[in-house]
Amino acid sequence: MNQNTEWPLWEVFYQPGNGKPFEHAGSVHAPDAEMALQNGRDTYARRNEGISMWVVPTDQITASAPEDAGPFFDPANDKAYRHPQFYSVPRAVKKRN
Amino acid sequence: MDTKEKLDAFQDRIDRGEKIEPKDWMPERYRQQLIRMISQHAHSEIVGMLPEGNWIPRAPSLKRKMVLLAKVQDEAGHGLYLYSATETLGARRQDVVEDYIYGNAKYSSIFNYPTLTYADICVIGWLVDGAAIVNQTMLAKSSYGPYARANLRICREESFHKKQGYEMLAKMASGTDEQKKMAQDAVNRWWWPTLMMFGPPDSDSPNSAELIKWGVKTKTNDELRQSYVDRMVMEAEVIDIKLPDPDLKYNKKTGHWEFGEIPWDEFWAVVKGNGPMNRERIKARKNAYEDGEWVREAAIAYARKQKLKEGKAS
Repeated sequence: MNQNTEWPLWEVFYQPGNGKPFEHAGSVHAPDAEMALQNGRDTYARRNEGISMWVVPTDQITASAPEDAGPFFDPANDKAYRHPQFYSVPRAVKKRN
Repeated sequence: MDTKEKLDAFQDRIDRGEKIEPKDWMPERYRQQLIRMISQHAHSEIVGMLPEGNWIPRAPSLKRKMVLLAKVQDEAGHGLYLYSATETLGARRQDVVEDYIYGNAKYSSIFNYPTLTYADICVIGWLVDGAAIVNQTMLAKSSYGPYARANLRICREESFHKKQGYEMLAKMASGTDEQKKMAQDAVNRWWWPTLMMFGPPDSDSPNSAELIKWGVKTKTNDELRQSYVDRMVMEAEVIDIKLPDPDLKYNKKTGHWEFGEIPWDEFWAVVKGNGPMNRERIKARKNAYEDGEWVREAAIAYARKQKLKEGKAS
């Protein structure tokens, strides 16, 4: 085995079009941010998949734990009053077209 | 610990068609099988660049050279999508890569055959990528999220690969007598090895049942092979190419094409390292990896220096 010459890992996100939210594409290895952008482009945007790109060092991402998904997202469960369907409107008011 | 309770809950998720994501609980065996399978797939994409790269400097026209360059670059991309999928499972990229350069990790046997003429490039696009699409379309529905997404991306690009090969072969097959002969000769040499790309028959495939149970694969080797044959018989006929199998015959009852005995002895010999190009392929990869080592080191040193400079300036 060789000594460790592996470059750090980066997560790549691109914006698929004007006005669209960024989405995760995958990851690349690169020695610095500039090369991470170039590698990200060559790996994930060879066919104009994106018009803008973010790269983030993988170890800088904090993620929620899937096994805690229940209690973590639970507070949103019992607040029906956050949705418009919770409220009644007089019949005479027409629906917007 | 893989307790029975956890295993059952996992199987329920698979049976409901849920995708498994990197941080989800998964059986250790599921993780290991995926790392093995995805890294083999990744190695195959990377080795696959060699037989085709062989013809880039000798492409018959500028157009064909551009097409082939783009295709070979795509194969590198496919390898990278897949290596990054293995990293989501906790594998280290360098270990995975070195396991195949210095260890005995496997890759698809098809890339251990030589590309003798430019007709081979046509046939690789049509048959080899055609077979890969059948396989990868199935894998795009795999239960492991990152693997499914990598395959989806691959499939989108792979259809260009197949189409450019088929178009070229059609042209060659309707050309001069010499061109026709070249096209047919390449098909004769590649047909049987492409049937082997789907792996050993179901009766002799120890991993299949488990991979299907876990939704990593959704079809068996023989099912995939059959849908490939059905499709290719039709496409060969349209461009006046003969498939080198005297036993090919249509079964009206099943709606499928029956085919002759696949030379499995040859398959196992190539898997064990005795194909025409096994040694050559590994040597080329090893040289590229070792010759590139100083570049990887220099880039790291440069990045470190730049960081130091920034630190001083602020």
